[in-house]
Amino acid sequence: MKIKALLAASVAGVMFAGSVLAGTLDDVRARGKLNCIINTGLAGFAAPDDKGNWQGFDVDFCKAVAAAVLGDANKVSYTTATGKTRFTKLAAGEGEILSRNTTWTFSRDVDLAQTFIGVNYYDGQGFMVPKKLGVKSAKELDGASVCIQTGTTTELNLAEFFAGNNMKYNPVPIETNAEAQELYKAGRCDVYTTDASGLYATKMSFDNPEAHVVLPEIVSKEPLGPVVRHGDDQWADIVSWVLRAMMSAEEKGITSKNVKKLAAQDNKDKEINRLLGKDPLQGLSKLGLSADWAVNVISQVGNYAESFERNLYPLTIVRGMNALYKDGGLHYIPPIK
Amino acid sequence: MLNLLKIWRNEKSREIIVQIIVLIIFGWFISWLVGNVSGNFERLGKDLSFEFLFIPAGYDINQYLISYNNRDSHLRAAIVGLLNTGLVAICGIVIATIFGLFLGVLRLSKNWLANRIAYWYVEFTRNVPILLHILLWHGIIINTLPHPKQAIDIFDVSYLTNRGFYIPKPIAESGIELFYLFTVIAIIFAVLFSRYSKKRQELTGKQFPVFWINLMVIIVFPCIALAFNNFPISFSIPELKGFNFRGGLHLSPELIALTFALAIYTAAFIAEIVRAGILAIHKGQREAAESIGLKPDKVMNLVILPQARRVIIPPLTSQYLNLTKNSSLAIAIGYMDLVATLGGISLNQTGREMETMVLVLLIYLCISLSISSLMNWYNYRVKLVDR
Ligand SMILES: N[C@@H](CCC(=O)N[C@@H](CS)C(=O)NCC(=O)O)C(=O)O
Repeated sequence: MKIKALLAASVAGVMFAGSVLAGTLDDVRARGKLNCIINTGLAGFAAPDDKGNWQGFDVDFCKAVAAAVLGDANKVSYTTATGKTRFTKLAAGEGEILSRNTTWTFSRDVDLAQTFIGVNYYDGQGFMVPKKLGVKSAKELDGASVCIQTGTTTELNLAEFFAGNNMKYNPVPIETNAEAQELYKAGRCDVYTTDASGLYATKMSFDNPEAHVVLPEIVSKEPLGPVVRHGDDQWADIVSWVLRAMMSAEEKGITSKNVKKLAAQDNKDKEINRLLGKDPLQGLSKLGLSADWAVNVISQVGNYAESFERNLYPLTIVRGMNALYKDGGLHYIPPIK
Repeated sequence: MLNLLKIWRNEKSREIIVQIIVLIIFGWFISWLVGNVSGNFERLGKDLSFEFLFIPAGYDINQYLISYNNRDSHLRAAIVGLLNTGLVAICGIVIATIFGLFLGVLRLSKNWLANRIAYWYVEFTRNVPILLHILLWHGIIINTLPHPKQAIDIFDVSYLTNRGFYIPKPIAESGIELFYLFTVIAIIFAVLFSRYSKKRQELTGKQFPVFWINLMVIIVFPCIALAFNNFPISFSIPELKGFNFRGGLHLSPELIALTFALAIYTAAFIAEIVRAGILAIHKGQREAAESIGLKPDKVMNLVILPQARRVIIPPLTSQYLNLTKNSSLAIAIGYMDLVATLGGISLNQTGREMETMVLVLLIYLCISLSISSLMNWYNYRVKLVDR
């Protein structure tokens, strides 16, 4: 079943790769829909709401790209992928964007021939344990059974962390976050480890979040961001500038509420004018985008802060490293010039 | 022209022509497939390379029959996975065969209750997909058994928990060699003795209780060796330390669930095969055997089973193959078999889909071919000799 799908996908990917390489923008426009590969379900990042519509931080980004290239944030169809299947699905052309808590690493970028278009969330790997175990630090986890999602960087970090601290553990491999929660709740494993953001999301979805603690240690760097296929620079540029537009908007105080007004007037800050199409932005036509691309993104999805607050604040996640550089965070955006 | 027609009308030469045409089409298809794949690989900027097999795998595996840690290569990880596949396949086949045989005979029993129980068991089991069996057993172990801290304690040496079963593990100490030697001698003796007694029976008609004598020898002989060297075996007893039990032999819930699900599911099919095999023997055979005064078990062992065997073995072979291939459903519960290691984590961490999948396919092909040639050989040995 799963393996068959994987095989079919990889064979299909190899066979039809030629047809999906160039002209991604044209394909999307011709179809009138953006195909986006997301999580199988992780609260705050990508999870269906009670009406069955996908919501979340990663979903917002798919919507933002659709707003920029199609003018309508709702023209997205979603495909889910586990940690294991995501790159194969992207390579096979099942989506134009992979927006799924994906860590930017050397070998994924170079060897798997993916293009990481930037970081939309700075994360790190953490550990969650039931409070009643009385564990205070990850260094006390010698001998524990640990649930991990396979095909992730998590898996490799974990092996290095335990070996580096001369500790043993019993890995319990699983495919999706949902399965991990089941096994963790049933006590098959003592510890659940994944990106700290994922731990908060998981914890908040429990009936009694207070009964679990996220340990203080963060054992890795996990710069997460959207990914596209190698080989179509135009598409990679579009996707990366959509992300920068959302962050610039936050920096310049442009929100979904005031964007229409700012777009209609001449602003003192000329960068706002260029972003919102009031003043010409050199090269925009090369991306094949219309002048109101950023207005569409910001009015329909919001700026970076709005998306962050809407989706991640309910999980008690704070901006921290993910604040803009001027607020002490790591997001430093190239100028829109 | 006429000549060509003649060639075509000749059955022999027509066969050859058709075969050549089919071969050409097939060859063309294969070369198109290979060309297409390699062309697209080039366009994607990928190459076909198996070098990844020799770089460190970087991930840990929770069950290894040969030593393994995350610094070992992907190749070693694949072998660990292959051995794990072998472990469930062999255990599954043994249990399924014994259980299936038992059920099959029960199905034919004249006892109404036994017959019905076997019937319902078979009907229920084989109509539920194997994946559900696996998930069900896994779910039962994980959700009904207690946490290690409240483990079900069996005589203070074995423990049942939702992390699996922990049992004592025998550890060989110096002086054990004599035990191995005696065991081998006992087995050789048993083989020779059964041959001798068979010959003697053919010549003189006299019988030994071969089974019982051999059983005695195989048990008593090695025990003498053990006693002689002061029992050079110690046991590692599992003990609760920290989060989990340490020491002893650990059977993970995944291993147990997978083995049992495969065995129980396949046993239902084997039961039907056994039943069909026995029913295929003409009832005249049984009546003839009974009429010369053979006891019921002798009728079964000497007349019915030897004939039924050749009906049973070919379908049995395909059940063994099915069980082995079904073991790849391990991935559903996270048992680290070949598909989960080489075809799963290694594939994903290296991005070598084509290479890993080709390897996995080839390995399964080899396993399947070995099983079927082994069974063919056995089938050949037991087939009826026409006199
Ligand atoms: N950032 C890591 C891990 C990504 C990952 O798998 N994250 C989990 C939890 S944070 C997830 O998104 N699970 C959702 C799912 O099961 O689809 C990577 O790129 O390898």
